[in-house]
Amino acid sequence: MTSETLNVTIDRGAAGLQDYAVPAYDNQTVLDVVSWVQQNADPTLSYRFACRVGMCGSCAMMVNGVPRWTCRTHISKVLDGNAVTIGPLRNLPVIKDLAVDMDPFFDKWVAAEGVHHGAMTRDDPIASLGDDHPEQSGADFGRECINCSICYAACDTVAGNPNYLGPAALQRAWNLLNDAKDEGRMAILEAVSGTGGCHNCHSMGSCTTYCPNELDPMSAIAGLKRETAKSFFKRGR
Amino acid sequence: MSAHGITSRAHPLWLAYILHRLSGLALALFLPLHFLLLGQALRGEAALDQSLAFSDMFLVKIAEFGLVFLLAVHMFGGLRLMAMEFLPWSPSQKTLAAGATATSFLIAVLFFMKAI
Repeated sequence: MTSETLNVTIDRGAAGLQDYAVPAYDNQTVLDVVSWVQQNADPTLSYRFACRVGMCGSCAMMVNGVPRWTCRTHISKVLDGNAVTIGPLRNLPVIKDLAVDMDPFFDKWVAAEGVHHGAMTRDDPIASLGDDHPEQSGADFGRECINCSICYAACDTVAGNPNYLGPAALQRAWNLLNDAKDEGRMAILEAVSGTGGCHNCHSMGSCTTYCPNELDPMSAIAGLKRETAKSFFKRGR
Repeated sequence: MSAHGITSRAHPLWLAYILHRLSGLALALFLPLHFLLLGQALRGEAALDQSLAFSDMFLVKIAEFGLVFLLAVHMFGGLRLMAMEFLPWSPSQKTLAAGATATSFLIAVLFFMKAI
């Protein structure tokens, strides 16, 4: 650490960029910095967090122009000299200060048919998959997604086309398409091949580059492109 | 710099994307000129030769080098995209395939240059 005080700039929307001098500590995450500002400098600062250990996916913000989990980002990793600029997550409406409205993100999750399509009821016995379902490994793809919206904020296609479903929702659709227990194949293919669907993706790869869980939504979307193309040629639609 | 915007796009896939886009745009701008020049042939041999004399200028030769570069970049960019999206290979398989293509292209170009 080059200085004992950090120059922290926070984008507070209509109130503009505001600077704060925050004391530096040896072990300090970006979330600690934001919390210090709220607890000691300006109690009206709004932001969102819950678990502080990279499990819940609620504290994502733009840190020096890069979407990050603030709870799992040590401040020394992102400091530019002793300065850091923190803003609300990109591509989502800002509620206030650093808190964004996640509704469009979750609505697209549903619009991409990212919901379980079951064929059985609670009275049926639990189906056992055993080892004879090699395609099930495809369903494990992206299982670790915690809906933090980092990929959605990183995506330039989302920025240019508000109707685009985005990397997280499409990765969830790919997950279910490969799941032997999911019966929604046609509904999923229909949902992801529409106007806002997988064919909007330009394979820029920012989703895969910035995913804190090291998932690969870009390859999932490429998988959807292949499956929708196959289904198109098979049915002559 | 707005704290809201994204600033770090400098990763290989995004650079490949922007190179593909810009080369495509530049080629689209070049095409009308290309057709205009070819269209001179309709007005007879003399008119075409007069226009083609323009291409002997040194600056135009340099520009032609740029044009061939744009074409190559755009063609391989397109092949890269199709391979990436439609061939579900593992990353190491893709690296091997790209290496093999580049090597065979290099050998073919060397052979071609020797032939002419």
